[in-house]
Amino acid sequence: MIEFRKDLFADERDDNLNEVGQPTRRQDILGHVTGRSPFFDDHQFDGLTHLKCVRSPHHRARIRHVDTSAAERMPGVHRVLTERDIPVNRNTLLALINFGKDDEPVLASGQVNYVGDPVVAVIADTERQARDACAAVRVDYEVLPHVLDPEEALLPDAPVVNETYPNNSFDYHEKYDHQKLRFGDVQSAFATADKIVEARYQMSPIEHAPTETNGCIAVAETNDRIACYTSTQALFFSLGTVAKVLDISTARLHFVGGTVGGGFGGKVDTVVEPLAILGCLLTGRPVRFVYDRQEEMQVSSPRGAERWYIKDGVMNDGRIVAREFRGYFDGGAYTRLSSYAVIKGTAHLPGPYTIPNVSSNVYGVYTNRTPASAMRGFGITGVDFAIECQMDRVAEAVGMDPVELRLLNAYRDGDMKAHRREAKNCALIECMQVAAEKSGWAISDEFKKLSSLSGGGGERAIIPHTVTDEHGKIGSSRAPGNTIPGSGYQPAAAPSLAAAASTTYTAAPAASPMPASAPAPTHAPVSSQPPATQAPPSRTPVRPGASSAPGGTVNADSATRPATPPPSAPASRPATSARPRNNNRFSSLFGTRRR
Amino acid sequence: MTMHSGRGFAAINYPIGMNLGGDPSQALVHSNPDGKFMVTLSSIDLGQGMKSVTRQIAAEALGIPVEDVYVDTADSDTGPHCMGSFASRGTHRVGNAVIAAATEARGVMLDAAAEELEVNPEDLETDGRGNIHVKGAPSRSITSAEACGAAQFKQGKTVSGRGIFLIPTSDVNPETGEMTPVSCFAHAALVVDIEVDDETGEVLVKDMQSAYEVGRALNPKLVEQQLIGGAWMGMSHALYETTEPHYPERDNGPVDFNEYLMPGPGNVVPHHISVLERPAPDAPFGGKGPGEMCANPVLPAMANAVYNAVGVRVDELPITPEKILRGIKANGGARPQGRPGQH
Amino acid sequence: MSKVPVQLTLNGSDRSVFVDPGQNLLDVLRRSLGDLTPKYGCGQGTCGCCTVMIDGETRLSCLTLAESVDGCSVETVAGIGEGAQLHELQTAFMEHFAAQCGFCTTGMLMSAKHLLDNNPSPTRDDVVEAISGNICRCTGYEPIINAILDVAARRGSGRHTS
Repeated sequence: MIEFRKDLFADERDDNLNEVGQPTRRQDILGHVTGRSPFFDDHQFDGLTHLKCVRSPHHRARIRHVDTSAAERMPGVHRVLTERDIPVNRNTLLALINFGKDDEPVLASGQVNYVGDPVVAVIADTERQARDACAAVRVDYEVLPHVLDPEEALLPDAPVVNETYPNNSFDYHEKYDHQKLRFGDVQSAFATADKIVEARYQMSPIEHAPTETNGCIAVAETNDRIACYTSTQALFFSLGTVAKVLDISTARLHFVGGTVGGGFGGKVDTVVEPLAILGCLLTGRPVRFVYDRQEEMQVSSPRGAERWYIKDGVMNDGRIVAREFRGYFDGGAYTRLSSYAVIKGTAHLPGPYTIPNVSSNVYGVYTNRTPASAMRGFGITGVDFAIECQMDRVAEAVGMDPVELRLLNAYRDGDMKAHRREAKNCALIECMQVAAEKSGWAISDEFKKLSSLSGGGGERAIIPHTVTDEHGKIGSSRAPGNTIPGSGYQPAAAPSLAAAASTTYTAAPAASPMPASAPAPTHAPVSSQPPATQAPPSRTPVRPGASSAPGGTVNADSATRPATPPPSAPASRPATSARPRNNNRFSSLFGTRRR
Repeated sequence: MTMHSGRGFAAINYPIGMNLGGDPSQALVHSNPDGKFMVTLSSIDLGQGMKSVTRQIAAEALGIPVEDVYVDTADSDTGPHCMGSFASRGTHRVGNAVIAAATEARGVMLDAAAEELEVNPEDLETDGRGNIHVKGAPSRSITSAEACGAAQFKQGKTVSGRGIFLIPTSDVNPETGEMTPVSCFAHAALVVDIEVDDETGEVLVKDMQSAYEVGRALNPKLVEQQLIGGAWMGMSHALYETTEPHYPERDNGPVDFNEYLMPGPGNVVPHHISVLERPAPDAPFGGKGPGEMCANPVLPAMANAVYNAVGVRVDELPITPEKILRGIKANGGARPQGRPGQH
Repeated sequence: MSKVPVQLTLNGSDRSVFVDPGQNLLDVLRRSLGDLTPKYGCGQGTCGCCTVMIDGETRLSCLTLAESVDGCSVETVAGIGEGAQLHELQTAFMEHFAAQCGFCTTGMLMSAKHLLDNNPSPTRDDVVEAISGNICRCTGYEPIINAILDVAARRGSGRHTS
């Protein structure tokens, strides 16, 4: 059921290696089949104690009072931990790479912000005793209004989910409430496109569901050190996080892991280690903190929900000439890794296609739900779902085979991507050709002949004259009386399910229902990219029909399908050497400094 | 009740490694006096095969048999820093660090062999079977075990190497999004064949045919594991999985595997995979990480197949029978779109 | 709470242990008897990672009261080989790359062994049915099914491999 197409790209590969490329048996397989692989919970310690948490039953509530006195008197209980026991009770995971502000407590401090937010931790001789003691903790809550929908969270009157980010959105570059991508001029291109295709896509929150749940065991070692056997996917992330929130030297921490029962991204968060190690420090006993399956399902961070709006301008010959996105990463109550996914997702746009005009606003939004985190395909899976459903919609709108439409628009070596780096080492076309061939999906000969290695670059390598805007400065969207700019969002809108729900306009009106970018866009070129008046000579021959219209528009009628290579970019190409890298006009390191 | 056949397609690419770089990983390699090498890491094996693939990479770079290499990970007392196992970064980042460490250790081993054979180290090569010999003169040889023993007991050299791989952090332009996200991309295209029951709304997946481009299949069986398992997960995401079935409301969230739906062994469908290998210039022996991208094409391909089968676009995951039935009802019945790709 | 004495045979050896009333067998196997091969995956009887055999029948040890196995014979992966010799299923799982993270593997092996102990020539559907209570999140099940079928086929042709 698996074949290796050694015939493809053979001249780029040396296949005469000794060990690489061999189907060598896994180093760990004997341990797996004998049950001897050392997962964290397979380390046994005398006097082991167990930690369980009291968790919020409310989406959002103020904690008026916590009474742990009854719990402390319960049989087997060694210690009850509250926020007062956490030396530095505020952290954000990516602070370790200097990205974002500390926004998440280890144990809730004054307020809970999602169902499952941990408030109190109990350490007892058995799990059952720990659970019983948790049930004896009395927490007096004042229930507060909450918000669960990411677009509602951005409305002016929405409750503040996370006090660190009072606008309910992550701050980018200390300037905007979203990450922008601007390449060319989508609005002008929409105006000249033959058809406009737009739709809304919703990715669901998903559980990683590793068979081994998140967990760790902390135990005192000799020489005043603590060993932590852990399921973490990131040993030093976890070690560094613990050192920070417990204000303890990393020299006193010894982390052991590396053999993990599945992760899929769900074990990057470092949620169990701080409490277990603190418990060990305070009780002197080995402390085991393992999520039960219910916690794993509803409290451990899921793959976050994402909502995407895509608007495409397409020519009748199938060339997509403009693509506009508005995306919302529903990060839940705290940042964790969602801020990173926004940037990773932005870099991915407009998908593996060469489109001369691309614009995107992507928001990292806070809502009163379990904080989201990384999962297999992080930042990409959701928007790929949107893009690839959209490609089929576009194909239908222009009456084209969906595979041929993708091949026509596919990126190739030498093309300029929307994040302004040249594509190289591409193989999308070949993958599509192979999949079509083996499945008996007929494509015409000219599409069978396409190659990632040729036909790219040249005019397709041009960075177009780009329209920028300063819409969405931090706080502006949440100003009283404001609405989500250009959203057209209806909170109660029914999902569009019927075939007819796909919106296809012919020759888009200027006031399309989904302008995600600024009101009053300024046609100011980005400073480093002076508008050129003339396209440079192509490095590859320009095919018949390729247009090179200046001014951010594309000739609508210049091509006859399917001889046309995909979109020629509008003119204006600065010399490559003039492209700034790491120069000072960028705010440093993702744009946001840790405070 | 009618079963409607549907066929859907999707194509994707996937960035390898942590976006914007700034994510170093390190490796240490040393040999025992008998020429058995230990690779020490702090990387995590979640099942993706970290220990196994770095072992093969180390053996290749050292020029010795894989049986002579063992990978020890992860212990923060002995293993050097690693950012972690996520973002499909393990093979690429850690693999490159292992190559660097192994290359340094190999240099010492060849120096020791050269001293024993009284030749220049540049004139030596390894045969991958545990022997070091003079180029063009296989008879003038020494085993890697003898070379490592001589280094440590006669010459007083440690046969060891250190490696780190770091892609410096890229900035992001706040106005345009200009950035250098990653250095290479994996690719995939996938066709899925399904049947949709227009009475129950259930989707029966019949077959998947795919092409995955992975740079180089460093271990073809490990790649196969990832691709089969990952595509299965994609099918599961597309049709079944969610922690919040009424998103954005949080009611009725599943708390166990009875409520959290995933396809079981009875739902396994034939998956015909073609692997393409276009080596990435900066990847270890060209290998890109296949682990994360493999699920991605399945989700949209499934949605496209449902539309093809009954004319209902389900734009909200998962594609439940309820959503399909509501769509069929709104359309006044199933609207099969006809088999695509029939020129 | 007074402890309850339980005597059982674990992988052929007589063992005695005091358990808490209500304590589950998985906990006792792992913490009191030191057999770490069954794994905790859910404690709800829904994942199969803790599958063992009790008197020849597969049971979920997380849902089995430890008291209830008094006088029973309990078998785990720690006892399915013969001494250092691997069981054929273990060998086949290795050859077929039928494990990734390995966490479900021991439970999966017990379900597979129970199948082959009772049905020497299972169909693919029989195999699917036998492991339908064991969740594997990594492999997509295909190599696991193939490994089990391979053992049955080898036995059928009289070709024992381990």
